[in-house]
Amino acid sequence: MAEASGSSGTYPKKVVYCGVCSLPPEYCEFGGTVKKCEDWLKEHYPKMHALLYSQEAIEQNMSSLSLEAQKRADKDSQKKAAKAASAEAKAQELRATSKIMIKRIERNKRKYVTAVQGLEAFGLDIKKVAKDFGKKFATGSSVTKIPGGGEEITVQGDLSDDILDYITDTYPDVPEDNIECIEDKKKKVAA
Amino acid sequence: MFKKDATPGAKSKVKSSAQRAIRAKVLEEYPKLEPYIEEIMPKKEQLDLVKLPDRVSLYTLNNHPLFFQHMDDSFLPHLTLVHKYPSCFNRLRIDRGAIRFVLSGATLMVPGLTSAGGRLPDDDEDEEGIYGGGEDGMEELEAGTPVVIEAEGKENACFVGVLKMGTEEMKKVRKGQACEAGHYLGDGLWTLNLG
Ligand SMILES: [Zn+2]
Repeated sequence: MAEASGSSGTYPKKVVYCGVCSLPPEYCEFGGTVKKCEDWLKEHYPKMHALLYSQEAIEQNMSSLSLEAQKRADKDSQKKAAKAASAEAKAQELRATSKIMIKRIERNKRKYVTAVQGLEAFGLDIKKVAKDFGKKFATGSSVTKIPGGGEEITVQGDLSDDILDYITDTYPDVPEDNIECIEDKKKKVAA
Repeated sequence: MFKKDATPGAKSKVKSSAQRAIRAKVLEEYPKLEPYIEEIMPKKEQLDLVKLPDRVSLYTLNNHPLFFQHMDDSFLPHLTLVHKYPSCFNRLRIDRGAIRFVLSGATLMVPGLTSAGGRLPDDDEDEEGIYGGGEDGMEELEAGTPVVIEAEGKENACFVGVLKMGTEEMKKVRKGQACEAGHYLGDGLWTLNLG
């Protein structure tokens, strides 16, 4: 990879960035997603792929490291890859087992609020979703902390069904089975 | 500086007087950008200021990051800008072994620059004279100077920061911290979602 030394006229230089890890592809080897990065590069920039992943390039990279440093590097990249894989598996499992709860709560006789919990497990930005709810349903929508950690969105009005529809339409990654609508009539005090 | 993921804070328009001042400061710090400054920050276009955590201000044009500044420190270029105009900045090079440490947010250490694969100003092995300060890239750089760090065997830079130790001293002591915390490939500034 010779330096294209600063002859003007060629600026701004066009740089390709990896579609998987976002770094320049020559740096993909230091991330935890090398395999995916390599596949992406092969598909989108076959010439660059041939250059970066050639046997020669790999050997050259290795030869500039001492044997011990090389072992350390191998170990480190294995660790990183394992970490990335296990993080992804965990996230997937979390998504599969997590539930979003939409709860209708009676405030005063005929006044309701709807509370939505569990969105964070699906990687949603709660503040943003709360804002979207407010816009979509033209109503008050706020984020509050819940005891035991986490946050919930409170929306003014009885909107359980609308919110359920909205979530399934907007976030296809969230399986409908993982959303639960419940009612909470806490005003019913034993007579 | 950006080890954690950052979410961009409030975005505001930069007044044209302030925009002129930024342009002047950038050129003062990076005179070699002069031929390109009009395409980097066109006079007629609107710069935006995005507030980031820890009192960092990021200046963007059409949601593309250009320069960032911690409090009143020097303006530092975003790495995507460095990649477009590499020779307009003072450059040094780290050896291959140091890359993974820099990319994980560790402080850049002097041995990564003084070893065989590293490059400091006026290095005999730097035949093209691209590493170091001044027009010919031969001048030593003092502590406090913004530098771009390239890497052995790589074409594009991986780090931007401010020197903690002058390059002359580095050659003498060959150890210690080389740079203040800065901006590296894959950090919170790199992955920042500007929408
Ligand atoms: Zn990649």
